[in-house]
Amino acid sequence: MSLTDLTIHELHERLVRREVSSVEATRAYLERIAAVDERINAFITVDAEGALRQAEAADRRLAAGKGGALTGIPLALKDIFVTEGVRTTCASKILQNFIPPYDGAAAARLKEAGAVLLGKLNMDEFAMGSSNENSAFGAVKNPWNLQCVPGGSSGGSAAAVAARQAAATLGTDTGGSIRQPAAHCGVVGLKPTYGRVSRYGVIAYASSLDQVGPMTRDVEDCALLLQAVAGHDPADSTSVDTPVPDYRAALGGDLKGVRVGLPREYFIEGLDSDVKEAVMGAITVCRELGAEIVEVSLPHTEYAVACYYLVATAEASSNLARYDGVRYGLRVDEGKGLLDMYMKSRAAGFGAEVKRRIMLGTYALSSGYYDAYYLKAQKVRTLIRRDFLEAFEKADVLLTPVAPTTAFGLGEKTADPLQMYLSDIFTIPVNLAGSCALSLPCGFTPSGLPVGLQLVGRPFGEETILRTAHAYEQATDWHRRVAPI
Amino acid sequence: MKIGRAEVEHVARLARLALDEEELDALTAQMDAILGYVDQLGNLNTEGIVPTAHAVPMENAFRPDEVLVGLGEEKALQNAPAAEGPCFRVPKVIE
Repeated sequence: MSLTDLTIHELHERLVRREVSSVEATRAYLERIAAVDERINAFITVDAEGALRQAEAADRRLAAGKGGALTGIPLALKDIFVTEGVRTTCASKILQNFIPPYDGAAAARLKEAGAVLLGKLNMDEFAMGSSNENSAFGAVKNPWNLQCVPGGSSGGSAAAVAARQAAATLGTDTGGSIRQPAAHCGVVGLKPTYGRVSRYGVIAYASSLDQVGPMTRDVEDCALLLQAVAGHDPADSTSVDTPVPDYRAALGGDLKGVRVGLPREYFIEGLDSDVKEAVMGAITVCRELGAEIVEVSLPHTEYAVACYYLVATAEASSNLARYDGVRYGLRVDEGKGLLDMYMKSRAAGFGAEVKRRIMLGTYALSSGYYDAYYLKAQKVRTLIRRDFLEAFEKADVLLTPVAPTTAFGLGEKTADPLQMYLSDIFTIPVNLAGSCALSLPCGFTPSGLPVGLQLVGRPFGEETILRTAHAYEQATDWHRRVAPI
Repeated sequence: MKIGRAEVEHVARLARLALDEEELDALTAQMDAILGYVDQLGNLNTEGIVPTAHAVPMENAFRPDEVLVGLGEEKALQNAPAAEGPCFRVPKVIE
């Protein structure tokens, strides 16, 4: 067994017993990246020098007996997290040379914990996409099948975990961008409750929906990584000041007394038969583990995608106004004045999907359309949120598919933006509701592509979904399968 | 038609995007399709429904009005496409 096959908690055991050093583990990952990333394209930037320096520091800390759960563990971050001195591009041409002058909350907390940061991961430009094909640095390939997409927008974060290029990674999720790629790449991904993790230093897409979360090999790692990044941050005024529980302590035991709700609107026609079969199998396992299965209804589900593409694009059009070629980023100046410089810099720097969303959002917020589009969407959002709160009166956890299909082929959906948007139908409602949800492997298609199971929890109900996921995972062995790369 | 070419050009100006003819054509068709799709929200009666701006209810987040250490000139300017002295340099605005 190679060092790169170990989970965070397995590697931690060996590090604290000094059977292996962080430098050795870090070198193993850097070699693995060098060996496979030409085929996967998960990394935009590899910081070998910085990683080895951090590993040496971690080894000193471990030798002094002061290592925590993440000390010396090689991790990687989606290239949306600003990292001091390490180029941060958001997979956009407009930021292709941006070197942040500070660390965001995620990088700062991981460094404080003594983690090793291997580099920055590929993604859909500005986190806009469901296939990781909208990157200025090229598409990411799915480690289970190189002809398929890894999902998006945290496609590099998911692929790197599946291809053993990092022990675990962080992604962000605005409409499914952690859970959908986690499902397509056969890894665990958690979108915490809005406000649970600081967004300070996360390049903004849609501020009322964006949330940071872990992508890992198993549920225990997911709990450990969440623990490291969760909690209030005065630098993010929307982060919530409620105590952070001990997530790992929540794991263990069966599902006796847990009410697992099946939203009837999620088991519909159009759901791929392989996905349906795997999810049905998972329901059986949960029942055998003692869960009580109940049917619930989320009646406004069919409106979620439409609602999302107004709310998210409106927020994006506002957030992305900052890219004007003045303070940082690409500038195209043809000597025709300030307005011309703004318009040409933005036109040259943004890719097609980003332009499309800025245009939609600008339209939805523009004079005469605000009430009909943006305000209407915010009211529908209230109805969607209510659906979840009502469902959680009958159930402790909701169990659903993550996506209607498994990973689709590269190029298959790029011609039709609307079809691409609809692939997020089961993940988007959770962001609108602000709740938490986790994706974990629950099966494979006959051709070997992973299927994901989504467990949705109440706001700040991370412990319950982690415990449910852990019980399911311990009863199955999907998470032990390794991508054939 | 939900949106026409002239309106798309107007929105592009609002969004400060210098789009070429091909992009404007493609966006007109795509935005028309997407706006047609989102029109289904009109089927829902939302009279009396309070809009949700943030899913987690929160009051204003106050903090003490204290001066904190900022980035400083050098770091703030390190990514500037053009700078002069302690300032960002931009094309001439006033004739």
